[in-house]
Amino acid sequence: MRIYLDHNATTPIRPEVVDAMMQVLRGEFGNPSSVYAEGARAKERVEVARGQVARLLGAEAADIRFTGGATEANNTVLFGSLAPGDHVVTTLVEHPSVTEPLAVLEARGVRVDRIAPDEHGCVSASELVAKIDDQTKLVAMIWANNETGSIQPVAEVAKHCNARSVALHVDATQAIGKCTVDLGQVRVASLSSSAHKLGGPKGVGALVCPGGWALPPLLYGGGQEKGLRGGTENVASIVGYGVACDLARTEGVARAEACGRLRDRLWQGIESQLDDVRWNGGPGRTLSNTLNVEFLGVEGEVLLQALDLEGVAVSAGAACHSGSIEPSKVLLAMGRSPEEARASLRFSVGYGVDESQIDRLVTLLCVLVPRIRKVSAP
Amino acid sequence: MSERIIVAMSGGVDSSVAAALLVESGAETIGVTMRLSASGSRCCSLEDADDARRVAERLGIRFYVANYVAAFGREVIEEFADSYLAGRTPIPCVACNKSFKFDHLLERAKAFGADRVATGHFARVTHDGETGEARLFRAVYREKDQSYFLFSLSQEQLRAALFPIGEMTKERVRELARNLGLGTADKPESQEICFVPDGNYADVVERIRPEATMLHGDILDESGNVLGRHRGIHRFTVGQRHGLGISSKRRLYVLRLDPRLRHVIVGEVSDLDCRGARVEQMNWISGRAPTQTIHVRVQVRHRHKAVLAEVDAVGEDVASIRFSEPVRAVAPGQAAVFYDADHDEEVIGGGWIVEGIR
Repeated sequence: MRIYLDHNATTPIRPEVVDAMMQVLRGEFGNPSSVYAEGARAKERVEVARGQVARLLGAEAADIRFTGGATEANNTVLFGSLAPGDHVVTTLVEHPSVTEPLAVLEARGVRVDRIAPDEHGCVSASELVAKIDDQTKLVAMIWANNETGSIQPVAEVAKHCNARSVALHVDATQAIGKCTVDLGQVRVASLSSSAHKLGGPKGVGALVCPGGWALPPLLYGGGQEKGLRGGTENVASIVGYGVACDLARTEGVARAEACGRLRDRLWQGIESQLDDVRWNGGPGRTLSNTLNVEFLGVEGEVLLQALDLEGVAVSAGAACHSGSIEPSKVLLAMGRSPEEARASLRFSVGYGVDESQIDRLVTLLCVLVPRIRKVSAP
Repeated sequence: MSERIIVAMSGGVDSSVAAALLVESGAETIGVTMRLSASGSRCCSLEDADDARRVAERLGIRFYVANYVAAFGREVIEEFADSYLAGRTPIPCVACNKSFKFDHLLERAKAFGADRVATGHFARVTHDGETGEARLFRAVYREKDQSYFLFSLSQEQLRAALFPIGEMTKERVRELARNLGLGTADKPESQEICFVPDGNYADVVERIRPEATMLHGDILDESGNVLGRHRGIHRFTVGQRHGLGISSKRRLYVLRLDPRLRHVIVGEVSDLDCRGARVEQMNWISGRAPTQTIHVRVQVRHRHKAVLAEVDAVGEDVASIRFSEPVRAVAPGQAAVFYDADHDEEVIGGGWIVEGIR
């Protein structure tokens, strides 16, 4: 029986989600743009889902635009709002779907300031807003980092951005469903979300613009999603996304607390039974499901593969195309050395994980970590 | 439960078949491709890793990529460049076998709870049932024999080593690959050093050590007459005839390289003949240096014929060789590998040539 502890990479689809999607896939093939009954039924399905996503995020249904995922949503905002000569403030703990577009835009003449995090992986709001100047078009930041789970001071940055009329884009992909993301409380210009990080299917997400920000589309076509994204809607996935959001909303704090108990149990097991371990990020401002641990003197890639052979899925750094692992840029930005970054693994819990799995993992780590330290000792 | 064995998979046909044979033997086989170089060098390019992954899928075995880019750059590529700059003709494959396949990868095997590493080398290793002592032999198929590149493995490493295709011909390996439906069956051979895919060693040396391009010097004959100029001794190897850039009625060959004076010393082909050689960093396969003169066959380059010789161990680390017939182009930096005199089959030991003795 496999133990899946990489819920920040993707999550198992919840059975309720599968059921709703199957109903659409099997029997409801209509195109939402069609005027007859099949089309109307599909359209209704999409709009119900839109309401479900909006409700989870404290937004209006009209603010939600479905996309092919958070990467597309981030690209839409960055390429749609920044032109040569503009200035953007961002952080060094962003996901590649933000850093890569910004690198392209920087080469085209956009000025980019990147704020480093502290040793726990959090950026300082005051340091970030201090970089805002007259040319600043956008602040782009992650709500919670995918690798460490570090939660960023979005509300504070939002206050400053609103006061200075600078658009704030937040990539909340990793935060949604794990901590409170309430756009009724935090005013942002735009926010990205993805379904597969919260029990939904891959290939669908949303760009949420509570203030009605009129961005140009990346994909031109039939004018779907109020002109923001051409292309026939991915109805089944959108329906699944809606159900996943509903589950996240109804389970709410209880889900985060359950994850927190499992995560803490894991850390207590590791900390009490293994020497020379460090929690990258720490318990302070971290998503309750995420634990990033440095095992001093252990090559993370080796430990990851050894755990996989014993039936446990975790992650380390960033896998390159060939499948080998490079040290995490986020950990490097937090001041870790390349060796320390390479010695780190990420455990992220979620739906389906239980205490016995955590205990089994701790037992395995107590065998594998000393073994790897022994064979790789110089 | 069956034994867990790691197999180094390059994506080529040899290691693919080695993996298949292990699976057939009932071992719990885990394929690992070593990523050794960040750019697309031959033996570890993206395509090769993907080939290996496909073979592993086909065989139904677990597969991982092991990232050794940093260590390989340090321990093999830089060492290779420095060796050329020091006037030697290095063989990086020996260091790669010893430090990567049977050190780093063996380490990973142990981390995985496996005790042995298999590769697709054409060589044979036997393990004594009682003592466990390992012995190393040439491949049955002599044309492809790679034992020369394995001489520096220790007893501990050889005890952990498996060469599943060591008894086969290349044709048989390809046939097996085809029968197994492996996509790599007809993949062309890789002959060059993996990080020098076009055979242009000087370019690699100059990329790693840019100062090499500044180290011009003289080409001299053995009497000290200057015959011309050269653009760095790393561009030369003992026995080389082409690319000297000097006109002479005689056919001239590189005899020696002097890194201190940056001299390339040239002479006639007969001047290349050596009666003996001195080797260092000796590795005796048994783990014990012989206490008296031994009669063996010595091979001084890959693909050269091994010639009869007498060898004396000088301590644990050094050996002195006297060939029974003159041997041409004994190049510092190459390995002298000793095989048994009778059958030219078992590897007795070997070391790195420091100088040829005329």
